[in-house]
Amino acid sequence: MNRNLVSAAELSRDDALLILDTAEEMAALSDRPIKKLPTLRGRTVVNLFFEDSTRTRTSFEVAEKRLSADVINFSAKGSSVSKGESLKDTALTLQAMGADAVVIRHSASGAPQRLAESDWLHGSVINAGDGTHEHPTQALLDAFTLRRHLNAGAGNDLAGRRVAVVGDILHSRVARSNVHLLHTLGAEVTLVSPPTLLPIGVENWPCSVSYDLDAVLPKSDAVMMLRVQRERMNAAFFPTEREYSRRYGLDGLRMAALPEHAVVLHPGPMVRGMEITAEVADSPRCTAVEQVANGVSVRMAVLYLLLGGAEPATSPATSTTKENAQ
Amino acid sequence: MTSSPSEKTRVLDEGDIARVLTRIAHEIVERAKGAEDVVLLGIHTRGVHLARRLRAKLVEITGREIPLGTLDITMYRDDLRMKPARALEHTEMPPGGIDGRLVVLVDDVLFSGRTVRAALDALNDIGRPRAVQLAVLVDRGHRELPIRADYVGKNLPTSLRETVRVQLAETDGRDAVILGGPQ
Repeated sequence: MNRNLVSAAELSRDDALLILDTAEEMAALSDRPIKKLPTLRGRTVVNLFFEDSTRTRTSFEVAEKRLSADVINFSAKGSSVSKGESLKDTALTLQAMGADAVVIRHSASGAPQRLAESDWLHGSVINAGDGTHEHPTQALLDAFTLRRHLNAGAGNDLAGRRVAVVGDILHSRVARSNVHLLHTLGAEVTLVSPPTLLPIGVENWPCSVSYDLDAVLPKSDAVMMLRVQRERMNAAFFPTEREYSRRYGLDGLRMAALPEHAVVLHPGPMVRGMEITAEVADSPRCTAVEQVANGVSVRMAVLYLLLGGAEPATSPATSTTKENAQ
Repeated sequence: MTSSPSEKTRVLDEGDIARVLTRIAHEIVERAKGAEDVVLLGIHTRGVHLARRLRAKLVEITGREIPLGTLDITMYRDDLRMKPARALEHTEMPPGGIDGRLVVLVDDVLFSGRTVRAALDALNDIGRPRAVQLAVLVDRGHRELPIRADYVGKNLPTSLRETVRVQLAETDGRDAVILGGPQ
């Protein structure tokens, strides 16, 4: 594995499966009376959030604390960043404070990449969402959730499974990361969206595109609904919320068109009544709440694999003898 | 006596290992007075296979089902920072848990004692056994911590330059304990 996790596209199939298998072990921790491991004791992880995010930041924080890391939350609001400090100076400050890893969210696509490529920081950089670019840990937790439902078991991938990603692809870093990772894991991805909400160059992505949700649903093993970003509603990407909801929203009737084993994913926050009805959101087939729990396990796995050893993990388990191999 | 680097001695063969495990199983039953509350926990990788074999013998002797779990101690190792991060093995506790039970940890080689220390730390987070005992196939000495085994298949005095290699049919295709010459 690389020292950093900036993009889901750079993960090989082996790396991705290593993370998913490790996350499966981490998930077992939540059943224990003491939900803590000493693995990252003495390591400092900084959550550097230039954009508001409660869900992702809390998820990382829980993961870091369960691994016994020292956690520093650094939000841009009310900090020196709002006084005009550059990313470089912030990074140099964190380096001077002895950060072993930085979890960064930034509104600018490419900010984590810039940090990872620079020599401002010696620790690992983990992308927690950058602009409209990528959100790799979200894609990993989605893949983890899908694997549990569609092909459970260590070492298994998602070969041959069909996943529909529905909604605002243009603004969605979640969609981009998912397309790359699901493709790496062998799944067939179909993006379903109004043409206006598809990014330029989507034809080069490793997926197919459809404008017709009803045609895609019956042959999907999973549907991933994306949040319709109300804050961008006025930009005339589609005529009305009502029309969008009618054509691309998931209601009970549409859910019934899915194969029996199919699940519905949503990265949250859900806008009930818009892209998803309450009936679907509350149905046992909707994995939104499960995805939150899986997020902690996956982030623990990433933190362990990047920071747990002298260098990031290289390959799946080798059966080396323990003590007598010293 | 001096030996060449390539010299290897087979200390235990398939029959020896089977006999040793039978003896350890009887010792467990004797010390635990029937092994009523015994839970076996195999430490990955070869400890798990040995624990499975021990369980089969204990079931044969006592006629009772013996709970078995597996333990990966990677996250508790004290040398994590010195080596690349390792993939994790599967930790699984038996359905009844380990609270109030007599846990017998099973491993292939006892050397520095650091793996056992890590296993004890892991147990601390998982539950509260009535007591913990340790069964190993080979004790090669050179302890770095005040830890000793309760059941030892074979005491094998070694030099630090020698290697002890345990091979089990499940992972290596055959059963043997091999002592390697000085490196």
